[in-house]
Amino acid sequence: MADTSNADAFVEFERVQKSYDGENLVVKDLNLSMPKGEFLTMLGPSGSGKTTCLMMLAGFETATHGDIRLDGVSINNIPPHKRGIGMVFQNYALFPHMTVAENLSFPLEVRKMGKSDREAKIMRALDMVQMGDFAGRRPSQLSGGQQQRIALSRALVFEPELVLMDEPLGALDKQLRETLQFEITNLAHDLGITVVYVTHDQTEALTMSDRVAVFDDGRIQQLAPPDKLYEEPENSFVAQFIGENNTLEGKVKEIKDGTALIQLDGGELIDAQPVNVTAAGDRTRVSIRPERVEYNKDRLSADAHTLKAEVLEFIYMGDIFRTRLRVAGTDEFVIKTRNAPDVERLTPGQQIEIGWLPQDCRALDA
Amino acid sequence: MTDAAQNTGPMMAADGTTLKSSLNRALRRQKLRALMLIAPLLIFVLVTFIAPIADMLFRSVENQIVSDTLPSTTDALKDWDSSAGDIPAPEVFDALYTDVFIAQERKLHTRLGSRLNYELTGVSSLFRKSGRKVEDMGEVYQDQFEDLNPFWKDAENWNALMGSDAWLGAQNAWDPKSETAQPAFELREEIVGLLPQTAEVFEIFADFVQNERERNLAKTDPWALVYSAFYDDLRREPDVSSYGGTGAAEMLEAMAAVSSFETVDTTAAFADIDKDWHDVEVWQTIQTYSPHFTSGYFLNAVDMKKSADGPEMRPDNEQIYIKLFVRTLFMSLVITGSCILLGYPVAWILANLPARTANLLMILVLLPFWTSLLVRTSAWKVMLQQQGVINDTLVWLGLVADDSRLALINNQTGTIIAMTHILLPFMILPLYSVMKTIPPSYLRAAKSLGATNWTAFWRVYFPQSVPGIGAGSILVFILSIGYYITPELVGGTTGTFISNRIAYHISSSLNWGLAAALGAILLAVVLGLYWAYDKIVGIDNVKLGG
Repeated sequence: MADTSNADAFVEFERVQKSYDGENLVVKDLNLSMPKGEFLTMLGPSGSGKTTCLMMLAGFETATHGDIRLDGVSINNIPPHKRGIGMVFQNYALFPHMTVAENLSFPLEVRKMGKSDREAKIMRALDMVQMGDFAGRRPSQLSGGQQQRIALSRALVFEPELVLMDEPLGALDKQLRETLQFEITNLAHDLGITVVYVTHDQTEALTMSDRVAVFDDGRIQQLAPPDKLYEEPENSFVAQFIGENNTLEGKVKEIKDGTALIQLDGGELIDAQPVNVTAAGDRTRVSIRPERVEYNKDRLSADAHTLKAEVLEFIYMGDIFRTRLRVAGTDEFVIKTRNAPDVERLTPGQQIEIGWLPQDCRALDA
Repeated sequence: MTDAAQNTGPMMAADGTTLKSSLNRALRRQKLRALMLIAPLLIFVLVTFIAPIADMLFRSVENQIVSDTLPSTTDALKDWDSSAGDIPAPEVFDALYTDVFIAQERKLHTRLGSRLNYELTGVSSLFRKSGRKVEDMGEVYQDQFEDLNPFWKDAENWNALMGSDAWLGAQNAWDPKSETAQPAFELREEIVGLLPQTAEVFEIFADFVQNERERNLAKTDPWALVYSAFYDDLRREPDVSSYGGTGAAEMLEAMAAVSSFETVDTTAAFADIDKDWHDVEVWQTIQTYSPHFTSGYFLNAVDMKKSADGPEMRPDNEQIYIKLFVRTLFMSLVITGSCILLGYPVAWILANLPARTANLLMILVLLPFWTSLLVRTSAWKVMLQQQGVINDTLVWLGLVADDSRLALINNQTGTIIAMTHILLPFMILPLYSVMKTIPPSYLRAAKSLGATNWTAFWRVYFPQSVPGIGAGSILVFILSIGYYITPELVGGTTGTFISNRIAYHISSSLNWGLAAALGAILLAVVLGLYWAYDKIVGIDNVKLGG
């Protein structure tokens, strides 16, 4: 078969498969290539194979089939300690019997670095995460956020080109998580390192990454920059998994000029952009983001198809209003409206008509 | 008013008492409840564990038997200078006669003999022999008094002479067949002044007859000792004319006669019984062990003995205990070491296997716990003997020649092998529970940081498993240092522990004092090691689980 390797690629997975029991594949035919300096996030529900991929890259699991290349060199048979990959673990994995400085010194010592070099590097790495004053502490004397900063600087202190992060912020509270998300992305871009980041938190994935690989069922469902992933999901799993989403089921009636006319199961007609439907008669799931739904008729084009809806619930959330509607037989249709002076506040029981631009409504696989 | 509430005083609770006392009251209930919950165990432990240990520790220094059994002798011996090399003065032998006479009546002289025999071989038979013959010494006087006047034969007459009127009346009125207690003997006061020795001895005699033998004093003839004391008193020629009660005339008659009585020289008489009584060493031993408390047992337990010039080492051929202590410590260390070597990998596998498999294997580890200790040790006897399974296998494999089979039992090797096997679970369990808490991500982190497998293990995993090693080692070491059954069965002579010696003194030689001293030293060694461990490693670093 043709050599699919990309000259720019720094990390490459080629047709990688992984099975633990010889019966089920945890990772099915994974192909991925990322250039140097990219921040790539593997996102997916638990059991989707993302952590396995990370462990294969780190060398703690071996691929059952396929090739993993780092900087053009196949690393399948290189033991983890020779791969030179930095890694940050979910539970920090700071060695509890060593001080912070000793933890940072460890990767330098095993590389037989001299004492003065080590100290300089340790201080630089600690300053990088604003933890310079904590060198003498034990990990148990630090808060979760501080521990994760140390874990991060330990993974960076020996200047790896590739750093893997396995749900590093999972154990932290929301505010700390947001601060650290920001710090990690900045640090990664400043140092120019390549990062593979595993998380099941889609907000984290969207805010931090250059590209996001959405995993499900052992495959990458979509690999795209965050905005594309959110706005142009390629299948209904991605649409469901990323952000909030309204789904309506129906059948393609016709496809014309790049717009599909969908007949919902209740008989209503709507316009949608065909994504992975090809011909009239295909079953489809139509996906619309809650904030793209419009109920102010003045903002809809005259020929747009609209649906009748009944307001079930109106929740005031401060910056936005969240309204739950009964539309085309579902009670779970949600719309979000920005809190602005000219926006009408709906009341439960109210009958409205909703619509959207055809390009905001994507007809995906059933 | 001036006695209004002051802001500077202690904090007050709502009811006006201080906040502190109110808090204490609230907490007292909780404490009381907690105490009640542990009370059954506490009492059980106190009664069955702490008290016997305290008693045992006390026995290791207690030495009242000598001064209790030979009160006058030890008293009289106080001024004797043992280093001069002369036997004690005749008064000491007189006192010895009194003491041994009373002791043999009470059957205590053999016990004293056994006690002193620990210190000087031969004393036991000396006392046994003396007990039998000491009665003859007093009979010389008894016979002469009785020949002089049959009045002295009769118990009733003696009672009338020695007893107070009140007691005599009560004793005569007492019906021996009734359930009521015999009236307690009471001395006649004028007689105490006139015949002090006789009174003293007679009171002991009366107390012995009434309370220990529970016989009718009126029907019991006095000891020969009473006649000896009577003779001694009369020889001092007291002014008996002031006494006019029963026996006054007989007493005057006797006083006139005693000067011509045949006398007994106790010093010579004891030498006749056994010439050892003129051996200075015997008297040195009695003098050395006269005090209520003695360090003798402890000195003995470290191969020393008391001598006239203070403690000194025993001759080389009598030294055993220090060697035994050293051997016990050394072998316990070897056993602990082999338990670590064998247990560590097993615990590691258990901790890293999936739960199901680990539980299955854990049963195999625990299996020995569910087998009788005796059975396991006996099984080792079968395995290890010269014609046993291991030797047979080695011979069959050709590794060992048939005529040079390995001696694996009845020596140190046997004890170490069997005890390592028996104590292994005590090492594996704490190790396992500590290793279980070490997340595998530490090893992965170390490897991702560039450490080889060995470095990752040695610098990251091992230090974290040290608390488990510590806990297991303390358990195994302390258990093995006091182990008894296994060394007894497979240890032969070279593989036995100090505990076997303790057991020997408890059950065979009956030298409980020495056993207690050895036990106390063992306890002190264990506590000392525990303290040292705490100083070096820190007891906080010991984890038995989670």
